[in-house]
Amino acid sequence: MALQKKKTPMKEQKPEERIKNFDEVPFGYSDEEAIAEAERCLQCKHQPCVEGCPVHVPIPQFIQSILDEDVVKANQIIKSKNNLPAVCGRVCPQEEQCEDVCVMGIKNEPVAIGRLERYVADYNMEKGTDRTKAEEVEKLKIPELEGRKVAVIGAGPAGLTAAADLAKYGLDVTIFEALHDTGGVLRYGIPEFRLPKKIVDQEVEAIKELGVEIKLNVVVGKSITVEELFDQGYESMFIGVGAGLPRFLNIPGENLNGVYSANEFLTRVNLMKAYKYPEYRTPVVVGDRVAVVGAGNVAMDSARTAKRLGAEDVYIVYRRAAEQMPARSEEIHHAQEEGIEFKLLNNPVAIHGKDGRVDKMECLKMKLGEKDDSGRRRPIPIEGSNWMLDLDTVVIAIGQNPNPMLTSNTKDIETKSWGGIKVDENQQTSREGVYAGGDVVTGAATVIKAMGAGKTAAENIKNYLLNKSKK
Amino acid sequence: MYEILEKEVLAPTIKKLKVKAPLIAEKTQPGNFIILRVDEKGERIPLTVADYERETGVITIIFQEVGYSTKLLGKMDKGDYIKDIVGPLGHHIDMEGYEKVVLLGGGTGTALLYPKVRGFYEQGAEVISITGARTKNLIILEDELNQYSDRVYIATDDGSYGHHGFVTDILKDLLEDEDDIDLVVAIGPVPMMKAVADMTKEYGIETIVSLNAIMVDGTGMCGACRVTVGGERKFTCVDGPAFNAHQVDFKELMNRLNFYQNEDDLVHEEEVEEDN
Ligand SMILES: Cc1cc2nc3c(=O)[nH]c(=O)nc-3n(C[C@H](O)[C@H](O)[C@H](O)COP(=O)(O)OP(=O)(O)OC[C@H]3O[C@@H](n4cnc5c(N)ncnc54)[C@H](O)[C@@H]3O)c2cc1C
Ligand SMILES: Cc1cc2nc3c(=O)[nH]c(=O)nc-3n(C[C@H](O)[C@H](O)[C@H](O)COP(=O)(O)OP(=O)(O)OC[C@H]3O[C@@H](n4cnc5c(N)ncnc54)[C@H](O)[C@@H]3O)c2cc1C
Ligand code: SF4
Ligand code: SF4
Ligand code: FES
Ligand SMILES: [Mg+2]
Repeated sequence: MALQKKKTPMKEQKPEERIKNFDEVPFGYSDEEAIAEAERCLQCKHQPCVEGCPVHVPIPQFIQSILDEDVVKANQIIKSKNNLPAVCGRVCPQEEQCEDVCVMGIKNEPVAIGRLERYVADYNMEKGTDRTKAEEVEKLKIPELEGRKVAVIGAGPAGLTAAADLAKYGLDVTIFEALHDTGGVLRYGIPEFRLPKKIVDQEVEAIKELGVEIKLNVVVGKSITVEELFDQGYESMFIGVGAGLPRFLNIPGENLNGVYSANEFLTRVNLMKAYKYPEYRTPVVVGDRVAVVGAGNVAMDSARTAKRLGAEDVYIVYRRAAEQMPARSEEIHHAQEEGIEFKLLNNPVAIHGKDGRVDKMECLKMKLGEKDDSGRRRPIPIEGSNWMLDLDTVVIAIGQNPNPMLTSNTKDIETKSWGGIKVDENQQTSREGVYAGGDVVTGAATVIKAMGAGKTAAENIKNYLLNKSKK
Repeated sequence: MYEILEKEVLAPTIKKLKVKAPLIAEKTQPGNFIILRVDEKGERIPLTVADYERETGVITIIFQEVGYSTKLLGKMDKGDYIKDIVGPLGHHIDMEGYEKVVLLGGGTGTALLYPKVRGFYEQGAEVISITGARTKNLIILEDELNQYSDRVYIATDDGSYGHHGFVTDILKDLLEDEDDIDLVVAIGPVPMMKAVADMTKEYGIETIVSLNAIMVDGTGMCGACRVTVGGERKFTCVDGPAFNAHQVDFKELMNRLNFYQNEDDLVHEEEVEEDN
């Protein structure tokens, strides 16, 4: 049988339908589709895909298990490296990671590794076989660690992953989370139509079943300090407080009403469930015309959210060119299908208001010049090319800085000049017993990298505590 | 879940609740605030911690019913539970080193002012409190202010109690007559804080205002609470809520408080329909 050149397509909601709801866009593979896709894998001996994955999921092995029709085993194989396959299968930038180096991708399309990962995770979740069995967990316990207290600060992917692994060692783990719900960006940033919250809920349930206690509404550094946690008998700590602090353009008019940071916009819609208005009493009124500044995942999420909240015209305004957009290619593709208009090579220079609200955004056209330090061609303004875009709402989605709340209130945790926490290769901070990982260390990055950092930290916290008890 | 232990109606639309929140009570200092969600479907609203008892783990909040969420909170009773409370948030006010302080509160602003009045008094400063409202039955916390102030002045817009006029009239007289005031603290509606700032600037007296910018998370994550102070962008929740009054862009703040006018109207309309 000739090898299928392209990925097995995944069925999804039609664009004209899905812009009217917040339900997930792709439906996932059926068993037959998953097997058809799994057959495309060449089972390469040197496994470049595994190297491409930041946490080294044994990709050919789990794909083989799909072919063997042992999807439960496939799940265990993935879970040996990745605690959140249902999440990563949906949101990893596969085209830059595992799929980028897939041998099939040299001449054809790469194997749809992300879609297969999602299939495996969803299959097991549905059948209730996704949880590690109690007797398996029992085996992982380390007697010297049992009952000793460890704190995890932040319930995003980094913190959740660290907590799960730490609990499996037998440690007594408490997560402290500032918001009224868990998940971090998985809950308040990434919208329902891309990552259904019931998946986040199930992952959190699984972690609770491991015995992890989650305390919501606790801002570490304010409600309680790192020192106090040590005093209360926590022997070690993992900090996964993420990025926070939104960046702005620093142009005139940015404080007009109707100008949001993407964080505020998405938090109001996702965490505060504006999309469920009137059931939830927290609506967001976007008006007819919305511009989103930026072209990363956060920008695509904001644009597609605005469309679903009823905006007629939604624009992505980006100062660089199409090939430089940092968002996952699938999100860009979905945004285009949904009628989002891309105003590329345009730099906003001012927002003009009427009666204190956004009225227009003034943009300057750009052209591409020489390559800059990052190897990307630098956008340079075309003098006098200013033009106006009529608008009701502007969302600024140009990135976030690390969350400074904890570090500014804690002694002895060194940070880098841009605010990120300094760690060594073991994710250990400058303070003994305190580890950190995820966006608060790297700046805004990816779910899988945050998880990877959480895993590495958990391993090293375990070693630290074992050493400590020997002394 | 946070249990309401006591409820008191201070004025027709101003209510006081005592809530069990030990972690917050233990940590609060004058100037801190909390963010609460009344129920699962509600919004997050910031309120100042008006008082706290570390031993019993109880905090007091005093609020004016101005819209959907504060009215919902106003309907809660002793024995009910508030879904979420997080705090203490924001910087507390640095109170050391002042000898004579004038504190002005307008309307519910008095509730926000009270912990500072008490704080300065307990620090040993000479404390002069000025409170005002539209009319007599909206004057709140008079006894508490008396307890922790060397002098208390009262003003009502309609003259039904105390001075007939504004709190700023009284401040003006004090500034004229007494030249040893080191600090003025003003908390209340934005126009009142602006008027105080304009007045004390002429006299060159350090002045602090506590800003009521719109907030969501209260941890520096969302950027909703941004204000311009001294030409720079500040986040009220993490950089404030108290700022040097002479540097605040009040006009911008006033405008930004209407950011969610459309949304609030929407929720309000429904509520009126429900009531009918
Ligand atoms: C809109 C959006 C879309 C994205 N899309 C993708 C995508 O498609 N693919 C991808 O791989 N990545 C994506 N990312 C990036 C990814 O979500 C992040 O890199 C990842 O969530 C980082 O995980 P984290 O655990 O480090 O931090 P976070 O997810 O930010 O979680 C940190 C948690 O800590 C809590 N916290 C903060 N301060 C404190 C404190 N002082 N005390 C207690 N708790 C505290 C926060 O409330 C939060 O819950 C996206 C990000 C956004 C914003
Ligand atoms: C640091 C701080 C401390 C505060 N302390 C007190 C207090 O002790 N007592 C008190 O009565 N009020 C206090 N407020 C104001 C209080 O938060 C608002 O009155 C309340 O959020 C209104 O909500 P609503 O749904 O009832 O009214 P809405 O009808 O939704 O809004 C009425 C007005 O309240 C303001 N507002 C609405 N939502 C918010 C929000 N999320 N954050 C801030 N302001 C908002 C807006 O200006 C709006 O125009 C404080 C505000 C801040 C920022
Ligand atoms: S975790 Fe992400 S990068 Fe790794 S295999 Fe899965 S989809 Fe690919
Ligand atoms: S590189 Fe591609 S084809 Fe080769 S084993 Fe990995 S997934 Fe299969
Ligand atoms: S309330 Fe979100 S940054 Fe201040
Ligand atoms: Mg409201």
